[in-house]
Amino acid sequence: MTLGRIAEILDAEFLVNAGDPNTEIESVCSSDLMSDLLHFSARPKSLLITGLINNQVVRTAEIADINAVVFVLNKRPDRETVSLAEEKGIWLLVTRLSRYTACGRLYGEGLRSCTEEDGCD
Amino acid sequence: MGGEFTHAGAASSELKTILTGLGISADLVRRAAIATFEAEMNVIIHAAAGVINYSVTPDKIQIVVSDMGPGIPDIELAMTEGYSTAPDWVREMGWGAGMGLPNIKKNSDELRVESVVGEGTTIEIIISKKEGDACEGE
Repeated sequence: MTLGRIAEILDAEFLVNAGDPNTEIESVCSSDLMSDLLHFSARPKSLLITGLINNQVVRTAEIADINAVVFVLNKRPDRETVSLAEEKGIWLLVTRLSRYTACGRLYGEGLRSCTEEDGCD
Repeated sequence: MGGEFTHAGAASSELKTILTGLGISADLVRRAAIATFEAEMNVIIHAAAGVINYSVTPDKIQIVVSDMGPGIPDIELAMTEGYSTAPDWVREMGWGAGMGLPNIKKNSDELRVESVVGEGTTIEIIISKKEGDACEGE
């Protein structure tokens, strides 16, 4: 699913536009715990849905090759965090939806969890 | 680094850029970056200062992270998923879930942890560049 389509489904606003909105996202992870993301969920070409808005979210996305981050409940990161995302080429979006609803909408449209089909463990 | 959250992750980010520039495969770079990031966060959370050294040979990536922190009294316990001694302010930043060392182990082919209480901790991470030595996770 493209990031542009995801933004439509989540009624989300782009805070950082990191390139082509037709960029494909293959899976979604959602957590406010960065180590849980790194251990269980994060996969390349994925989207992170989180309520955490500090720069650690962007660092985690960069390290784990997460392409885009959606902040829920209309929470907005500070300028430093936005600048870091711009520098690292990571999309940032914000939606008024809750984490539960945002995940539910994308699941209903066919996007699946980063942890599914992961035969590593 | 150590005790400074503003630039937390910057050293691991730099390592990731360097490894990518050396033409190492994306999966190996990702594993090295995640393991180093977790080690870097441990230093920042627990220690006053620390150093990351790394070397790349045709066979492996070696990353050594040494800190001047409080040391780990029980390394086996610290390797347990979910066990954490991080304070609340760290949890509010999204860390301290007790997955740091387990996550480093998951992304390493070899991991050595040496620690002296009151002096500090050194961890050595080895990631083999030979295919099939570890779960690729893709």
